[in-house]
Amino acid sequence: MTHAHITSAFDEELKYLTRRISEMGGLAEQMVADSVRALVNSDLALAQKVISDDAILDDAERQIGEKAIVTIAKRQPMASDLREIMGSIRIAADLERVGDLGKNTAKRVIAVAGSGIPRKLARGLEHLAELALVQLKEVLDVYASRSPEKANSIRERDEEIDAIYTSLFRELLTYMMEDPRNITPCTHLLFCAKNIERIGDHATNIAETIYYMATGAQPQGERPKDDTTSTLGSVID
Amino acid sequence: MNTVPYKMIGKDVSVYYGEKRALFDVNLDIRENTVTALIGPSGCGKSTFLRTLNRMNDTIENCRVTGKITLDEDDIYDPSIDVVELRARVGMVFQKPNPFPKSIYENVSYGPRIHGLARTKAEFDEVVETSLQKAGLWNEVKDRLHEPGTGLSGGQQQRLCIARAVAVSPEVILMDEPCSALDPIATAKVEELIHELRANFTIVIVTHSMQQAARVSQRTAMFHLGNLVEENDTDKMFTNPDDQRTQDYIMGRFG
Repeated sequence: MTHAHITSAFDEELKYLTRRISEMGGLAEQMVADSVRALVNSDLALAQKVISDDAILDDAERQIGEKAIVTIAKRQPMASDLREIMGSIRIAADLERVGDLGKNTAKRVIAVAGSGIPRKLARGLEHLAELALVQLKEVLDVYASRSPEKANSIRERDEEIDAIYTSLFRELLTYMMEDPRNITPCTHLLFCAKNIERIGDHATNIAETIYYMATGAQPQGERPKDDTTSTLGSVID
Repeated sequence: MNTVPYKMIGKDVSVYYGEKRALFDVNLDIRENTVTALIGPSGCGKSTFLRTLNRMNDTIENCRVTGKITLDEDDIYDPSIDVVELRARVGMVFQKPNPFPKSIYENVSYGPRIHGLARTKAEFDEVVETSLQKAGLWNEVKDRLHEPGTGLSGGQQQRLCIARAVAVSPEVILMDEPCSALDPIATAKVEELIHELRANFTIVIVTHSMQQAARVSQRTAMFHLGNLVEENDTDKMFTNPDDQRTQDYIMGRFG
């Protein structure tokens, strides 16, 4: 239980940060969902929208950073107030990166559109994106509730995304070996898959930041990893 | 931090002003060569506790202290203790700079004179110079040692008072809001001085500025309504305190 500040303007400044982070989260989610939809449907207009939305997210991150700096200078925050502000800066940076990844996927839509995507691969990408989006959505809910237990449980689930990414990676390699004409689109798709997988990592970062904001301690233990693609070449050979 | 020996140990310290109880069984140990900050809202008992450490409360009528406070092994409330000698071992710097209406030189040499720590002119000259050096004031006043101490700026006066406290080679220096009457530059100089003095002295400081407590101390003790509610490493205290009352106080929230 925390009381309101004696200086109510300080509460307003903290609320501003929380509100802007939630807005960024909503937009980042939207961009990721749109980018994958644009990719599987070869929807160039939607891809273009994602690309232009990214500027909004970049601005939001800058504004949050500036407001945070001014608040620190003015209020000299302590304890959980300080963690709250530092956490906002970090989360804004993660969300901005999520937007960049969505934008990068959107840019590849044009390159992939010509050749079309095999149905099976599209399903795999969609599934990967669903998982990443669920994680992103849940972490934003945890941001609202500040529950350290839930933050920790999100952190433990990144494993699933890594596993699916690894299987997509194998699949794409197989397509490329079957027909060299697949190499160009499949390489793009590989980057798209990687983008989506990275979104899961950012969601995990955010979960760790929320845990720190709530408790003042770093989450314990290594984060679970099931991304084995860095050693996959040797398996295929 | 935890291996630092204790210079002073306060055990079940309670203070009464007449019928009114101002401190409730405070157990607080002061570590050697450490700056310990006492914080808390007005009337919480932090200054009262500070004054028990060199028996300044003795001068207040109706004031009664119970419990035990030791300096090294000595019980400072033992009847055999010479209070004047105790206050030479545990010096004090007050909120408002209060130099004697005498010259800078005499302000600093007064303590060594009454305690017989210096005899010859050369000895006095030396103790005055080294004390002013330690207080970071020497370069500013060395050419006007015989001008009145009251003619210095507020910040210089406070450093003169620190030089005066240092001159009798105390073991512990108590500071009761030493910067509350100073501007930010003078405050920064005093804080820098506290940082340097820590090598040779044990320092206990009462401050209303959270930022100052965070900047100058290694240990912080939080008082509330006459109780010690939390004592912790300063770094922990200001980033992630254990007690809700500490949390509310340092963050400026309603308690």
